[in-house]
Amino acid sequence: MKKLMKGNDAIVHGALLGGATHFFGYPITPASEIAQSGAYYFTKAGRTFLQAESELAAVNMILGSASAGARVMTASSSPGIALMGEGLSYLAGSNLPSVIVNIQRTGPGLGYIWPEQSDYNMVVKGGGNGIYKNIVLAPNSVQEMADFAYKAFELADKYRMTVMILSDAYIGQMMEPVSFPAKVLKSKRKDWSVYADAESRTNLISSIHMTKEALVDNVDNLLAKYKKLEEDIVEYEETSTDDAEHIVVAFGISSRVALTAIRTLRAQGIKIGLFRPKTLFPFPKKRLLEISKSLKSIISVELNEGQMADDIELAVQCSVPVKRLGWYGGVVPSVTELVDKIKKTI
Amino acid sequence: MIKHTKPNAFYDTFTRKGPGQKTTHYCPGCGHGTVHKLIAEAIDEMGIKDQVIFCNPVGCTTFLHYYFDTGHVQCPHGRAPAVATGIKRTLDDSIVISYQGDGDLAGIGMAEIVHAANRGENIAVFFVNNAIYGMTGGQMAPTTLIGQETKTTPFGRDATRDGYPIRMSELLNTLTAPVFIERCSVGNATSTLKTRKAIKKAISNQKNRKGFSFVEILSPCPINWKMNAIDSRKWLIENLEKFYEVKNFRDVDTGIKSHGRFPFLDDKELFELLEVSAANEKKAQKQLKKIGEHKVKIAGFGGQGIMSVGVLLANCGKTAEFNTTWLPSYGAEMRGGTAYASIVISDETIGSPVVDKPDVLIAMNAPSLETFENDVEKGGIIIVNSSIVPKKVTRKDVKAYYVPATEMANNLGLTAAAAVIILAFYAKLTGVFPVDVLKEVLPLSIKNKKYVEVNQRAVDAGETFFNEYKE
Ligand code: SF4
Repeated sequence: MKKLMKGNDAIVHGALLGGATHFFGYPITPASEIAQSGAYYFTKAGRTFLQAESELAAVNMILGSASAGARVMTASSSPGIALMGEGLSYLAGSNLPSVIVNIQRTGPGLGYIWPEQSDYNMVVKGGGNGIYKNIVLAPNSVQEMADFAYKAFELADKYRMTVMILSDAYIGQMMEPVSFPAKVLKSKRKDWSVYADAESRTNLISSIHMTKEALVDNVDNLLAKYKKLEEDIVEYEETSTDDAEHIVVAFGISSRVALTAIRTLRAQGIKIGLFRPKTLFPFPKKRLLEISKSLKSIISVELNEGQMADDIELAVQCSVPVKRLGWYGGVVPSVTELVDKIKKTI
Repeated sequence: MIKHTKPNAFYDTFTRKGPGQKTTHYCPGCGHGTVHKLIAEAIDEMGIKDQVIFCNPVGCTTFLHYYFDTGHVQCPHGRAPAVATGIKRTLDDSIVISYQGDGDLAGIGMAEIVHAANRGENIAVFFVNNAIYGMTGGQMAPTTLIGQETKTTPFGRDATRDGYPIRMSELLNTLTAPVFIERCSVGNATSTLKTRKAIKKAISNQKNRKGFSFVEILSPCPINWKMNAIDSRKWLIENLEKFYEVKNFRDVDTGIKSHGRFPFLDDKELFELLEVSAANEKKAQKQLKKIGEHKVKIAGFGGQGIMSVGVLLANCGKTAEFNTTWLPSYGAEMRGGTAYASIVISDETIGSPVVDKPDVLIAMNAPSLETFENDVEKGGIIIVNSSIVPKKVTRKDVKAYYVPATEMANNLGLTAAAAVIILAFYAKLTGVFPVDVLKEVLPLSIKNKKYVEVNQRAVDAGETFFNEYKE
């Protein structure tokens, strides 16, 4: 039986079933519900929930807990994620796995609590100092909030990376029926972790390297890992793209509005489809280039000024014009508005 | 007596260090070497080398892993107490040592140390205070003395500009949780012996699960003080020890008491806690009818239970095996001071959960009708709570129904049941799902069981009202 629940709740359910044992949280609207749900369920399940004194402390608690081999997570919203930039970079430099949920809100600065997708650049390109990436998953339903949280810990452990679940205030707040997998996943012993025992005593978790050779090596290893991700884990969904002359590219809540919009446009005889990246890093570059050949235009629909559109342009290598439809400041277009704008654009 | 053989907790040769594998990277006369040795000896004496994990700070002691044959996690500047918290909360039996300097701990990391201390984290913190930034080459630290010349206070620290040196032990001693706080010195042999005791005490406190222990150690940095080793120890005793009183501030037996943990649930128990039963997934029933995408907006005052009745409707949609979404009035769409919920019920994948053009509008109060009447799809339905809304629907291209729901609910003795009455009316009217589904779902979604019965009667009332309804 499916359970009707909010996206923010689904994250916690998925995470616990995905083997998460530790949650270090800090409240911020519109992500606080995840910490609240975590405080209840992690504690009640005999796992660990702790409220940190800041997002900075939270991400550093993650650094400690991940070093000690745990499946560990936090959730925050845009300004909080920005503050975690320091820790995200250290996590990447130290090859540590973690899962971080970003329920995006409007910016810059304090902005407000309404939804936006304007952290795309910050999160998809890295966010902290140095050369590094996060795996970025973009759920567009409550089911995917649960599914992505469930599998995020496996991915994080496998690649020793931060998996960022990049969502928004709408997907976090909305309710949908969700089904769950039958198996609780578990972390295996990691040969690089510090477990406070003889076997792991000589292990060192660190991002400092004192020679240029070692620094180059470290980044080369990271880059090789990122390249492999493009072969291993790219995910996307296509709707009505087979005979499409135009496609909309959108993720998260934008892709939900876009789905209704393309159905409406199809009903009016316009050959349009929807391409939805589920992974923003690695970005589905190959597939976009492939399908772009037969298209007249690509329309990027985002709750920002066109941050993903830059990546689409790079991906399709100018083979087709990439148009940008962007909303920001908490405005989510209605289906009617989006349909009108798309018609004017193509 | 201070031993002169190399403690076992040190590596024999410092291979991680690179060239010069027998000596440390510290400057001649530096206090860190002494403090390291005291810690290493304590680890040896307690036989806990395998359990120790150091949190390496940023500063001259970033390279603790060159020397200590233990686990290490290198931390961002000032964050070692947060990292230590993460480790300790994961590995209960570990011995976590946070080793920090004054810039790291009292400057950039002030928040982390205060909060770790305040939570009574069961860790040992060794705070080496040499009143200057060492690694970066001699800039002012939070603990730099008034008048002391550093690279960033070339004319001496001026309190009116730079503030006063911070006494960390005294500051942390205002907190309830710590069990052990002591300021020591490595200025001479006698004080070093006391330091040795304090260090051991802090580590054994952790082993005995007593709580947060803090040892501040006044220590020379000859190179940045621009003195030789002997003069720097003299300066330490004459200046630092004057301002920073060397003494024990606290040594109590019990810190904060845990109020216990819940047991670690196994898989089966976890599924039960989450109330999800993946194992016996019910086979999808046949959908009751083809409805396409059916969009409902329920709007009213905040107190009318709009959100929860929306959830009830979404649950009915789910139970009838449709796809369904529920979205609260949120952010940019909030208009006219009304609360509203958007519900979409559909036999296909649902696109936008935002209902801008509802097929059915349920208007529980007058502002809702005013605000949303024009949004309703042509040929759509508006159900009006006529007890509260005196106005009639003016549009001719929609169907309007008037249900005196609040009055009917008052007659049942529960005003809050008004929306349920309308929901029953809606179910009969649209046929999206049978009223039986509502009856089935209702008891599951009411937390306080004493209200189940009256809500069931509300469903009956709504159904009866529909059956007798005259347009
Ligand atoms: S700079 Fe100061 S603290 Fe650092 S190693 Fe040299 S003497 Fe020691």
